[in-house]
Amino acid sequence: MRRPRSSRARRAVWISVSLAAIAIFLYVLEYVGLQPIKLVETGLLAMTPLALAAVGECINEKAGTVNIGMEGILLITCVAGVYGAEIFDSGAIGLLIGALAGALIGFLFAVICVYGLANQVVAGMGLNVFAIGFVPFLLMAIWAFPGIHVFPRKLMVSTISTPIGRVSPVTIAAIAIAILAQLFLYKTLLGLRIRAAGEKPEAVDVAGARVDYLRIFACTLGGALCGLGGAFMALGWFGGIVKEISAGRGYIALACVVFSGLEPLLALAAAFIFGFVEGLAHWVAIVPGVKEVVPFYFVNMAPYIVTLLVVAGVIGKRRFPSASGKPYIRE
Amino acid sequence: MIFKAEKMVENLKAISVPLSRSGLAVVVGLLIGALLMLIYGYDPIMGYYWLFKGAFGSVSEFMETLAFATPLMLTAITFAVGVKAGLFNIGAEGQMYMGAIGAVAIGGAIALPAGIHVAAATAFAMLLGALWALPAALLKLWRGVHEVISTIMLNWISFWLVTYLAIYHLAEPGRAERTVPALPTARYPVLGATLTAVIFVSIGLCIVVYILLWRTKLGYELRLVGTNPEAARYAGISSWKPVLTSFIIGGIAAGLAGASQIIGRPPAWSLYATLGNVATLGFDGIGIALIGRNHPIGGIFAAIFYGGLLHGGRFMEYHVGVCSELVRAINGIIIITLAIPELLPIIRKFLKRGVK
Repeated sequence: MRRPRSSRARRAVWISVSLAAIAIFLYVLEYVGLQPIKLVETGLLAMTPLALAAVGECINEKAGTVNIGMEGILLITCVAGVYGAEIFDSGAIGLLIGALAGALIGFLFAVICVYGLANQVVAGMGLNVFAIGFVPFLLMAIWAFPGIHVFPRKLMVSTISTPIGRVSPVTIAAIAIAILAQLFLYKTLLGLRIRAAGEKPEAVDVAGARVDYLRIFACTLGGALCGLGGAFMALGWFGGIVKEISAGRGYIALACVVFSGLEPLLALAAAFIFGFVEGLAHWVAIVPGVKEVVPFYFVNMAPYIVTLLVVAGVIGKRRFPSASGKPYIRE
Repeated sequence: MIFKAEKMVENLKAISVPLSRSGLAVVVGLLIGALLMLIYGYDPIMGYYWLFKGAFGSVSEFMETLAFATPLMLTAITFAVGVKAGLFNIGAEGQMYMGAIGAVAIGGAIALPAGIHVAAATAFAMLLGALWALPAALLKLWRGVHEVISTIMLNWISFWLVTYLAIYHLAEPGRAERTVPALPTARYPVLGATLTAVIFVSIGLCIVVYILLWRTKLGYELRLVGTNPEAARYAGISSWKPVLTSFIIGGIAAGLAGASQIIGRPPAWSLYATLGNVATLGFDGIGIALIGRNHPIGGIFAAIFYGGLLHGGRFMEYHVGVCSELVRAINGIIIITLAIPELLPIIRKFLKRGVK
């Protein structure tokens, strides 16, 4: 299995350059007398769902299932998480329920793709469309209020005070998960098999492992991570749900995956950069002197433009696993 | 004579198999919708009664349904023509935003004589839609970029760009929540309810696309590249022309879809700053294209069906209390069901096993 080393190195260089640029930018803000610490805080909050969804997607794309329905999973699990938190009266259990709901969706998606031989792009898009309708329906059906729900403040997952500001434990978990996922994929037997299931499923089959189980496992894991991210959006960040709460984050997570070339650690870095950009957009929208010059809409656009440049090969050509997106049929 | 009858049976089969697949998916979608209503304590029978009565119960309601169907048959074309050329063009959403803002720019901000004005606004919207499809096509042809990724990114770039234009440059003075409304000279004549003559343009475009796909050399090449790229390559057909054509037709259709909501839809005649009156029409089109078997004419009927759901959903909400957005969830289920090619065989196998 030959991996394009040079492309990975180039990607890493680009990401380091971006991170350095962010650091310099923050330093300049500090120097001018504005408070950049808030920016990092928001950036880390915004990073968390992106990173979780993107790392999960890296794993299931490595196994050969492309799930572009992350936006849908984020939306649905957000509601599931809050619902669970209210029933069990605990934000942490809410996060768990969100992850479980995500796992269930990932599992169903994988079953449809592996045994139903479904077209993954169409099914993923169907999941997104389903969620756009299902979430307002749920909000109405559960809480009898159209489009928005605010839960008691005490259900919020509390943050931890650190030198760089208040950080959610989920953020720390997301960083840990990205590192573990990288180790899992490249240093364990199961990780090797998952990668092989996406690269050369025939070989996995001949070696005596089950391609179908591997893909379903990877997809369920990916869904669970995405679900944790979805529940976090409400329980660790916004403190409520609106019907379009994910606001394209599922697609930005997809952009992170594209950006990373399916490496969880690079996906984490990309999620931080894009999360920071989101924080920056909020910041640009309110700071006097800046908001008149740069409309924040253009800042919001940046992640998508960068991704287009990445896929266009400006920053190194991306290579999918060769059996990615194709159902595996045993002969 | 016998020969003719045989051929007819064959034709019937060719139509009935795909129709039964669409029918099955629609049934699955409606059943799961009913299940969701049951779980949350609504009455699904009353829900669907009001849904369909509201959508098809009277002439004026049916006209409203057609008004909902107009943009949908167009965004369905975007996806369908993509599939015919072997592409997953899910960029209708963004191209439609561009069309909408184009229609606002010409229809609302510029004064032109009547007659020319409508045509100019429509043409400009189509042009912008096609232009917005172009980057995805070129990235595909030059760099081999998968169109799913590029169109998703272009959708969001378009979302922020159009929101910016709507708020900063084309807002109605004193009413920040929407753009300047289209001038009376730029509006399509109203036929009844909120249905306007733009539906004739839309159906016309569907027919033109049908003729282009099945009655011209270019259309044949396009379909060949889609169904059998190897054969197309051996036949010496470069993928450039078909892929470009597919994206551009898709962009034109989506652009018209956007325009139809601005210069062809009372009472607002304008674009909301949240893009609320056009948002998700592009994604809905995917489901409609699939229900219509990726056929421009099939798409018209599928659009009327789904337009009915969208319009009837409001009655369902009013009388039974079910959130009208449930119909989008039903559409999602239909899309997922139609993504599974093995569904009918699996069910058949399952039934056989049950009989044994």
